[in-house]
Amino acid sequence: MSEANPRRAGATATDEFSARQQEVDEARASEEGQEGRPYELRAATQGIFGELRADKAGLLAAIFLTIVLIGAVFAPWLAPQGPVEGNPSTASIDPIWAGGTWAHVLGTDAQGYDVLSRLMYGARTTLLIGFAVVLIAGLFGVTLGLIAGYRGGRTDRWLMRWVDVQVAFPGLLIALIMIAVLGPSKTSLIFVLSFNGWMVYARMTRGVVLAAKERPYVEAAEMVGCRPRRVMFVHILPNLTSSLVTLAVLEFARIILAEATLSFLGLGLQFPEVSLGVMANGGRDSFFSLPRLAIIPGVVITLIVLAVNFLASWLRVVFDPQEREKRFAAGATTAATTVEGAAT
Amino acid sequence: MGRYLSQRLGQGIVVILGVTTLVFVVTRMIGDPVNFILPLSASEEQRAALRSDLGFDRSILSQFGSFLRDAVRLDFGNSTYFRNEDALDVVMRFLPKTLQLAAAGMVMALLLSVPLGAIAALRPGGLLDKFLVTLSLIGLATPQFFLGQVILLLTSVKFNLVQFGDGPWTHLIFPALTLALPAIGRLTMVTRSAMIDELNSQYVKAARAKGVAARRIVGVHALRNAAIPFVTLFGWEVIRALAGYTLVVEAVFDWPGLGDLAILAIRERDFFLIQTIVFIVAIMVVLINIAIDVAYKIVDPRVKL
Repeated sequence: MSEANPRRAGATATDEFSARQQEVDEARASEEGQEGRPYELRAATQGIFGELRADKAGLLAAIFLTIVLIGAVFAPWLAPQGPVEGNPSTASIDPIWAGGTWAHVLGTDAQGYDVLSRLMYGARTTLLIGFAVVLIAGLFGVTLGLIAGYRGGRTDRWLMRWVDVQVAFPGLLIALIMIAVLGPSKTSLIFVLSFNGWMVYARMTRGVVLAAKERPYVEAAEMVGCRPRRVMFVHILPNLTSSLVTLAVLEFARIILAEATLSFLGLGLQFPEVSLGVMANGGRDSFFSLPRLAIIPGVVITLIVLAVNFLASWLRVVFDPQEREKRFAAGATTAATTVEGAAT
Repeated sequence: MGRYLSQRLGQGIVVILGVTTLVFVVTRMIGDPVNFILPLSASEEQRAALRSDLGFDRSILSQFGSFLRDAVRLDFGNSTYFRNEDALDVVMRFLPKTLQLAAAGMVMALLLSVPLGAIAALRPGGLLDKFLVTLSLIGLATPQFFLGQVILLLTSVKFNLVQFGDGPWTHLIFPALTLALPAIGRLTMVTRSAMIDELNSQYVKAARAKGVAARRIVGVHALRNAAIPFVTLFGWEVIRALAGYTLVVEAVFDWPGLGDLAILAIRERDFFLIQTIVFIVAIMVVLINIAIDVAYKIVDPRVKL
């Protein structure tokens, strides 16, 4: 937010994952040693999934997320029960590892609803909100960032001032107030979280555009008479792919946490809607008697966010050729020094 | 510097004005607050009387005008929930608790993340580094309320360590730790990557070559330069803690602070209280932002403000 250090804007988000690059490097180094053939050849023959295979954490994360995604998308067909199907006679059944039955693998909650079914429906809502927010905030932020960076001058100043003002807002507090006004629904959650989240994209896009604008190919495009819109979207936008994909994935993780937090505070979605945050909120009521009702959704949220983060670090390598090159160029330091590109 | 500060202050006033305007407009869209104040049995005349008493029958613009006039004199009207107590007084009563929590949490974050990050950076890829990185990642990915619940469960139920709530400073530790943990995760990573950068730089090689003690290189040369990115991100952590994360921690631990008050005010549709809270938080955010830039200048004298 301070003009003094635009270089580091949002560095946290990517810094943490760069750290893991080390492990990836080492895993790959040992593998290379065994197979005795150059890495480039393998990468060339196996493509992006070769990268994924080498990145063990990334692979695990991808598998986990696939399972979650299938469970969420096909919840209406796969879930043993509906999200609010049950009655007091089935309340508080223990999960399978504590002497429960296969009918309720993760047990039931105090209302008699099947926890596994609720998890699947809950993940469905939470992931939907995550996707929608990333899409809306991303489109809005990237468009404004493109315009600000490409037009420059007064447009740029005003747009960036707008970003600055909004970044300085007390985010969670404003979100809570807005949701209270709009009423707790999926739509209002998506709106509020997008409203609070588009600025990162705008800043990052603007940074990349400012750098790309000076390149000869953009000048050439202008010279042969491309309209500004074409220059922006056809010539400059592709520069953004790698950093944008990573940022979007990281934002997705952040949104999942934000939704969970808002619903946990009791101001997000309400009964009979179910999301992972709603489940966490439900866990509060019987926290000391049935702590598993709080622990299960908590652990699931954590695992999803963790997996998404691992996936982001894998994507960063896959989508950024420079990133790959740098990994071979130097040893231990590459991870730390290549953060900037994706971060700013 | 002076010119810079006044410019920042001007920008800060724009932020505060923007936030208060937004909140004003938004709160006026919440259902009729009168229904929350009066009992169900109140007659229509009573409702109308209260409405005109509070000024809700006037146009939004005229309401906003008088709101701004009063805000300049720090008069935010009376809280409707706390039986006509001055809203600013109510906020000031709850604020110290939150400041206490945030201060304790941020001091913890500062004291833990810097050494942890520096240690991890000493041998990147080493066992200790891997351990710390994994721990930080888990800390980052865990929702704050869940961290709080786990800590609450472990301390108060399993080990019967402490009772939470109002009381001596020991009760502060676990809420503050909950507030600090995600920040520790993020800041450790930042310190680590900044330190790796610095330890591989030319000036560190030069210092090594001329025989400066390793401890001095890490503790004085590298750490000082690594502090540059750290300062900004630490400032952001403080802002996020004050303007958001304390809400969560206070809800989990029943900590009677500003966050708790904010949720109460939103639930009870206490307009004047909401506006006051947002105003105070916005002022704190602006001040911290300025403090970040000043600290930045102190850490890195090359920066021109």
